[in-house]
Amino acid sequence: MTSTFVKDDRSAGAGTPSPAPEKARARRKWGHWFTAFAFQVPALVLFGVLVLLPMLFAVYASFFRWGGFGWPSEAIGFDNYTRLLKDDVFLGDLWRGGLLIGLSVGLQLPFALALAVALNQKLRGRAVYRMLFFAPYILSEAITGILFGMLFAPDDGFADQVLSNIGLGGLGGKWFSDTSTVLATLFLVMMWKYFGFHMMLYLAGLQSIPAELKEAALIDGAGPWERFRHITLPLLAPTLKISVFLSVIGAIQLFDLVWVTTSGGPDHHSETMAVTLFQYGFKRYQVGYASAISVAMFVISLVFALVYQRYVLRRDLEGATTTMRGGGS
Amino acid sequence: MKKNLRNLPVHVVLVVVGALMAVPLLYAVLSGFKTTDELSRNPVGLPEKWVTSNYTDILGSSSFWQMVGSSTFIAIVTAVAVVGVSALAAFSFARFAFRGREALFTLFTMGLMFPFAVVALPLFLLLRSLDLLDNPLGVILPQAAFGIPVTIVILRGFFREIPAELEEAATLDGCGPLGFFWRVLLPMARPALGTVSVLAVVGSWNNFLLPLLVFTDPSWWTIPIGVQQFQGQYSAEYARVFAYLVLAMVPALVFYSVAERQLVGGLAAGATKG
Repeated sequence: MTSTFVKDDRSAGAGTPSPAPEKARARRKWGHWFTAFAFQVPALVLFGVLVLLPMLFAVYASFFRWGGFGWPSEAIGFDNYTRLLKDDVFLGDLWRGGLLIGLSVGLQLPFALALAVALNQKLRGRAVYRMLFFAPYILSEAITGILFGMLFAPDDGFADQVLSNIGLGGLGGKWFSDTSTVLATLFLVMMWKYFGFHMMLYLAGLQSIPAELKEAALIDGAGPWERFRHITLPLLAPTLKISVFLSVIGAIQLFDLVWVTTSGGPDHHSETMAVTLFQYGFKRYQVGYASAISVAMFVISLVFALVYQRYVLRRDLEGATTTMRGGGS
Repeated sequence: MKKNLRNLPVHVVLVVVGALMAVPLLYAVLSGFKTTDELSRNPVGLPEKWVTSNYTDILGSSSFWQMVGSSTFIAIVTAVAVVGVSALAAFSFARFAFRGREALFTLFTMGLMFPFAVVALPLFLLLRSLDLLDNPLGVILPQAAFGIPVTIVILRGFFREIPAELEEAATLDGCGPLGFFWRVLLPMARPALGTVSVLAVVGSWNNFLLPLLVFTDPSWWTIPIGVQQFQGQYSAEYARVFAYLVLAMVPALVFYSVAERQLVGGLAAGATKG
């Protein structure tokens, strides 16, 4: 499920109060609780049974030693969680997850922004570039992963062949199959696949910046960098914040791409939390322990989301321009 | 002229990045026209002789078309289900005032932060006990359930923007809430419904983990599962696997070129509003 990429500030998280007139208007109409609730029932049933219930069950199962058959019976308290804190693979997952987040935010997003700014001008072939850069986002992670698994196959893969053909054979490597390069290779593929998505978000944001502001700055004698720094960047801030949010959540959830390329190997060097969870739950039948990983993953996502919404996204509710006060200098 | 020159570095960068984006795809297409033997001798150049059998063999196999059918069926039913139930709920969130509305909405939006992998395990056990393994509903229903949060969030935004006067006029004409929803709101929100449907279709089409867990029987395999299995089976025959990958990508890319505006517009609306 990759569809958690759209976010609406007004409504996310802590329940933003809606504007008063709208409330009054709504109250005037069809105010019966029963009618209103009836419309919620189908969604609530589906969501409750297939999302909330499994989640609650994962919490429950995380307190048991359990192989996934029958009903969990061997309660072991917090043992699964204390084991988690000593598990080198899980701690490694946290470290690798953090690294991927850092690379995404530090490299991928600035790259996407630069290309969005470039494509925001009138350029020959602009539409083609947009299509081309965004297209990988449409492809399934599984297909992308297999494609790159073959391109980066050691020795007879495309990457190594090209390098040796141009006399740089020494630079070729084992890519996905070497512990020292696997994470970097994975990040390259992530970049290929996802940067276009962020670029599209930025382009949409850039197009909503009023042209008058740039013209005014131009008249005041601001150079391109100054215009970018003092107008584009602050006005794009809400979009950037959402993009960072999605990028981080995406890195925490990363599974498909890793699973089809490396299954987390070699020697766990590309393993993510989701892969570890899958390994324990479906390959080694340590379902109780895997459930504890589930819960940890959920708590990490939730804490990040809440903190981010509280401290970073909140200001955007006041309108995009308010960020200029602090961001202008 | 002067402007063109100033843009030269930009063009250079775009061409280079464009090439880096296109090369993996082009390489796969070309490799599909080679034999595996030639692929190891001549990995980079054009095929010495354009071999079409890799592609035609796959296009002639019933299992490939069965997967295309399976993926399509699951994607469409998922989209209908998620948009249907979410539209009802979003209507209620956008147009009613009732006790607990914000709490309920928060509950749904929390779903945005649920990584699917987190519930994969208990969900699998649940599906197993409901006897939904190897059943398309075992994929469709959870996909719809996980699509609900984002769909509600987007639709609620659109539903709110439909003027209250219309609602009043409809009420005066004797419309109940359901009549207003069906006859006024849904037709007016057609672009928004298009956007969320496209998102649901793409999400379903690309889904990997859930079909992987649910379908052990090949008769329901979707394309991502089929590709993975094919690659496992023919791992030594690179050219064939490349041809398979290319054919597996085509439906998604065709769909994207048709639905581009809905998709990109939806992403933009979701991410830049507020």
